[in-house]
Amino acid sequence: MNTHQLAGVAARLKVNLEEKTFHSSNSGTIEVLRDLRFEVEQNEFACILGPSGCGKTTTLRILLGLDSDYHGSIQLPGLADARIGAVFQEPMLLPWRTVEQNVRLAMPRPMRETNLDSLFSTLGLSKMRNFYPAELSLGLARRAAIARALAIEPDILLLDEPFVSLDESTAQQLRHMLLSVWSERPTTALMVTHNLQEAIMLADRIIVLSERPAHVIGTFDIRLPRNYRNEQVKADLLRSFNEKFAGVRNAP
Amino acid sequence: MVLLSFGALVVAWHLGATIWPSRSFPAPLLVLQTFISETASGDLPYNLGITLCRVAASFVLAMLIGSVIGVLLGSHRRADQFFNPWVILFLNIPALVIIVLAYIWFGLNEAAAIGAVALNKIPNVVVTMREGTRALDPRYAEMAQVYRFNALDRLRHILIPQLQPYIAAASRSGISLIWKIVLVVELLGRSNGVGFQINLFFQLFDVAAILAYTLAFVAVMLFIELVVVQPLEHTSTRWRRSAA
Repeated sequence: MNTHQLAGVAARLKVNLEEKTFHSSNSGTIEVLRDLRFEVEQNEFACILGPSGCGKTTTLRILLGLDSDYHGSIQLPGLADARIGAVFQEPMLLPWRTVEQNVRLAMPRPMRETNLDSLFSTLGLSKMRNFYPAELSLGLARRAAIARALAIEPDILLLDEPFVSLDESTAQQLRHMLLSVWSERPTTALMVTHNLQEAIMLADRIIVLSERPAHVIGTFDIRLPRNYRNEQVKADLLRSFNEKFAGVRNAP
Repeated sequence: MVLLSFGALVVAWHLGATIWPSRSFPAPLLVLQTFISETASGDLPYNLGITLCRVAASFVLAMLIGSVIGVLLGSHRRADQFFNPWVILFLNIPALVIIVLAYIWFGLNEAAAIGAVALNKIPNVVVTMREGTRALDPRYAEMAQVYRFNALDRLRHILIPQLQPYIAAASRSGISLIWKIVLVVELLGRSNGVGFQINLFFQLFDVAAILAYTLAFVAVMLFIELVVVQPLEHTSTRWRRSAA
């Protein structure tokens, strides 16, 4: 039914999803994805942007290996068995384990004893290592989830709207933190979002999806390094993005 | 407060026994004397120990088997639909019937005794653990799958912590049910243990000894509850207490 190609040395992410349909309990069907094809280069940070309910999360679930009921093929970067760092919409920390235990449990056994001091300090979690998730604010819990995803030194980083339902200043702080930990050890990254400004700030490439059934309308490459993206540049990028995709997507 | 409450009960008992003196209603002091003499002779510690071992063995057996079956039924809808009538059937077979049948089929031996007690408790554990399994959050399992938790880690860090309240509930109700059934099992087909002794004293109409054995056992169970179960529960639910 589907081929989950993992072999090969290609370090890029290749997604070629021909079709994905959900069957509801009363025998109705909803076609979510149709001919969704895109690639993400090695160590490239790509954002998937699209209207809500278009199948962004479904695409991510397929890449995470949580949904195998689809037609098509995907190829994850890295040799043989790609290690995936995932940040879910909810932090999904185990409430009965401390922040540090949560991070270490996700790591492969040989890595469990690695020193995580610099990761925790970059994310501002040094003092929270022994806290339980219930004692953290949503922003801190999100940081812990990001720490968990990066501590395993992933071959690919998949993020599903990691900054949603945070106030803008907290979200902005987290974006900067994510960038600084990601830059220390760049890896192929794919982030789902519906926030254009966020995508323009973080991404090397924005992949724009259509309404359901989702396919790629077009991509928007941003070659400018992130540290040159000041407010003026971002405003220009936003304008040229809106010109390119005029009428296709709702205004941010 | 607990001491005061028990103290009042003992005083009421003493007053009652003084007002209506009777051989079948001994005063607390007489029960205490019997307790001391039975302890000195070694009978009481020996039989109490035997009974405690049976309780422990049946408890562990019932919790293990019941949890495994409960988790399986809770996670497989089809199997649950098929086996649910069996669970209801076993829930409703009287303990006495299972004990008698176990002794007839497997003989008057230790395995039959412990097996019969465990069998009485297993359906209760199954029902509780099945509910617990249905209430599991699948997103934790997905997280564990993405991060490649191995089977042991899934059990220790995903499954058991989520089932913990249900395990606690099953244990609580289990330990009290099991010790009552163990006494019946001993009374019917064993030649030692608290149940056997109580049967003996019943034939001698020795109420003081019956009460001495019963209270000794209740005291042990109370001790286990206060010193083992409650601190354990406190530790394992530590993360719940300090919600932000």
